[in-house]
Amino acid sequence: MIKANKLAYEYIRRDEEGNVEGIIRALDGVDLEIKKGDFVAILGHNGSGKSTIAKEINAILEPTEGTLFVNGLDVSDESKIWDVRQSAGMVFQNPDNQIVASLVEEDVAFGPENLGVPSPEIKQRVAYALEKVGMEDHRGSSPNALSGGQKQRVAIAGILAMKPKCIVLDEPTAMLDPGGRREVIKTLHELNKKEGITILLITHYMDEVTGADRVIVMDDGKIVMQGTPREIFSKVDEVKSHHLDVPQVTELAYELNKRGFRFPPGVLTKEEFINALLG
Amino acid sequence: MLRDITIGQYYPSGSVLHRLDPRVKLFWTLLYIVSMFVFNTFLGYVVAGVTLIVLIKISRVPFKFMVKGLKAVWMLLIFTLVLNLFMTSGEVIWQWKFLKLTREGIRTAVFMGLRLFFLIIGSSLMTLTTTPNQLTDGLETGLRGLKKIKVPVHELAMMMSIALRFIPILLEETDKIMKAQAARGADFDEGKFKDRVKALVPIFVPLFVSAFRRANDLAMAMEARCYRGDVNRTRMNPLKYKQIDRIAYLLQFVYLAVLICADKLLAPLLTKVLPML
Repeated sequence: MIKANKLAYEYIRRDEEGNVEGIIRALDGVDLEIKKGDFVAILGHNGSGKSTIAKEINAILEPTEGTLFVNGLDVSDESKIWDVRQSAGMVFQNPDNQIVASLVEEDVAFGPENLGVPSPEIKQRVAYALEKVGMEDHRGSSPNALSGGQKQRVAIAGILAMKPKCIVLDEPTAMLDPGGRREVIKTLHELNKKEGITILLITHYMDEVTGADRVIVMDDGKIVMQGTPREIFSKVDEVKSHHLDVPQVTELAYELNKRGFRFPPGVLTKEEFINALLG
Repeated sequence: MLRDITIGQYYPSGSVLHRLDPRVKLFWTLLYIVSMFVFNTFLGYVVAGVTLIVLIKISRVPFKFMVKGLKAVWMLLIFTLVLNLFMTSGEVIWQWKFLKLTREGIRTAVFMGLRLFFLIIGSSLMTLTTTPNQLTDGLETGLRGLKKIKVPVHELAMMMSIALRFIPILLEETDKIMKAQAARGADFDEGKFKDRVKALVPIFVPLFVSAFRRANDLAMAMEARCYRGDVNRTRMNPLKYKQIDRIAYLLQFVYLAVLICADKLLAPLLTKVLPML
């Protein structure tokens, strides 16, 4: 689905007069392969290059070096740019700044309208997408009347209506309350399981990645760790060395192990913790 | 305080007027405004007034609600009335020092007032029965012909609908900034006019910064959703005229015809019978 080879991205930082202050290598030789139907989470602290990789996949930024193929399409190929964006939809951080229309259903229709889909099919797609994110009762509402989590689900529906193979989400829950965050993550897992859509979730909330098939940790423009959530979170010290935290239960189990308890490495959920404690 | 401002306020009542094609309503409004300058007799006002009353009845928007929205224009209305009342020269019927009341003055004042009133109520009837989206849609489709002479109709309509979408968001943000500054001792309500204007500058700076940031984000999100202007674009609900829209168009011309007949033919006849008018 997504295949990056020695991918690099540099941008030039300028001071107020426009003089070059320095070149920043946001991505530095990233090799990445994501298979169809995977749920992959990318973790990294601020400035680790995780948002840059999302913008590369959506062809908003062009790679400085290396190659990146999305659904078999080269993102540096100008003529394929719209196909790339259609196959890999992108959801951004701020829900308010990505909703275009003043009606939920019109916003969901925005993508297919841009693709030139015939009107009757747009209606079908809008109904389908809103149903998939559980927002069908709000199709006639104004986005301003919705909660953050609902707005973000509308944004996901807007991408879904374009029938993408893959959805890239750049910190979709950073501006939401805990309830909204749960709604969004649950929706993503459902889309992944029921519709087979590849999900690439970029986040810095540890508890959101525990359900992923694979976790990628980025630091300083490079991939530094890769594996299942359990593999990653059993290496508590290494995760912390990249300025990241581990989920609270994982940390608790880890600290208790240090004091003589015997928890298996990489406890991810409350249930696992309780079972380990009782068993 | 800022939340009280409603722009393009819509009153949903599901009437026939609400269901009309926005292009029809736009054209109706335009025609109605133009018609205000066509007639000059008492009978003309009757025709225009009755038409408006009938339309209001059909729209099922409470008249009280319409008038409430006119607060801002009351001053203008009264100002026009007073100015016309005392400044028109003619046959003096009452005088107190420099204030003169003339027969012509009363006539012009009443008629001008009515005209303005019709104008405002007529156009607010359109915004009350048409959602902002329908309005921009109507403008875009209605003015499609102008694309041939390189008028960026689609882009203008898109800008308008985005502006409408962001008005409540930016209002809320202004409110937040004002409160944040008030919490740190800023005073927006007291002092001389000059000071109050000066106090607004620190509000506008962060507001503009945030608006530009939002615009940047939105542009990126739109591109990510394959927006590339008016290239090969379809609509979910393309505007299509229905039977009722055709009837509405027809009725506009009936209205204009009746108005001109009443004003130019009937009124002179009546004047002979009742010279007062």
